[in-house]
Amino acid sequence: MAMTEAVSAPAAKAPARWQDFVQLLKPRVMSLVVFTGLTGLVCAGRWVNPILAGVAILCIAVGAGASASLNMWYDADIDAKMRRTRSRPVPSGRVQGADALALGVVLSMFSVMLMGMALNWLAAGLLAFTIFFYAVVYTIWLKRWTAQNIVIGGLAGALPPVIGWAAASGSVPLNAWLLCAIIFMWTPPHFWALSLYTSEDYKKAGVPMMPLVAGAASTRKQILIYSLLFAPLCLVPALTGLGGPYYLAVAALGGLVFVLLAVRLFRSHAGEVGKQRKDDGLYDVRAGAKDARNLFAFSILYLTLLFATLLVEHLMRIKPLELS
Amino acid sequence: MSDPARESQVEAKARRGRNIALALGLVLFVILVFVVTIVRLGASVTQQPF
Repeated sequence: MAMTEAVSAPAAKAPARWQDFVQLLKPRVMSLVVFTGLTGLVCAGRWVNPILAGVAILCIAVGAGASASLNMWYDADIDAKMRRTRSRPVPSGRVQGADALALGVVLSMFSVMLMGMALNWLAAGLLAFTIFFYAVVYTIWLKRWTAQNIVIGGLAGALPPVIGWAAASGSVPLNAWLLCAIIFMWTPPHFWALSLYTSEDYKKAGVPMMPLVAGAASTRKQILIYSLLFAPLCLVPALTGLGGPYYLAVAALGGLVFVLLAVRLFRSHAGEVGKQRKDDGLYDVRAGAKDARNLFAFSILYLTLLFATLLVEHLMRIKPLELS
Repeated sequence: MSDPARESQVEAKARRGRNIALALGLVLFVILVFVVTIVRLGASVTQQPF
């Protein structure tokens, strides 16, 4: 197996520390998942015992960590080829692939069982599906096979608010799926903007990211199309009653900036390293990369602001009696 | 050449750290299951007619 070969030849094998196992769980990704899951849980508008609510969030976090560990186990061969990921615990040889696999499986079982026992089995089932979708459908199947990998695979990252909602209420109404749809539509412009200036890394690893398969121009066009669909979608929660006036203001203003950045990126030469102007080619490439970086950075800020506003609005709706 | 005694010392320290983390994880899990059981049980008890 190519992966085993890549992993079995580390330069200097240091013993695995417990911090390496924490790194397998991708704590930074976990924090975003916790945040969106918490928003879903609060937006459900049902009173949940605070201890059980905490357990639900813990299960979502551990489930996300488990799928990250499974991802690092399977992707060790391509992680070893990319500058951004080669220092991860498995490709660097600090943690054995089998240990990462075992950690992923054990934590998956732990999080799903505890979610079912503490909250309900709908939330547990959705959590199990999310882990399966990320580890098997995205990591093992889509990632190495199609340029649509992050589009379809984005569902795994979009489901945490639905799990949070299900954990609180035992049901998943349209508004819960609306939160899922917002993250789902946000994913392609976010990741493709990143891949426009990191495609060399993906090329080395043989991962069929959109700029490598369809070219930079097509990727920029697709980013613009997704952005034009994404921005109006973010306004919908204000119409369904999920979001209030503050949410509407943030969604409208942020959506406008998002589309403007996508238009600027579309008109740039981002991702086209070889295409240089006669007068100042180097500047041209840098300017393009800057547009891609701007959209990537703003996409994180915008999604965070959207969910933070929803969270605050729903926390403000809780009456003092419900807290006592 | 690296010193084997020092290497084993580093390895032992790393192993000790992993074992402590695993023990803490297991203790936390036991406490979590206990607390969840009490909370769930408490909710069921208060719903029972007396």
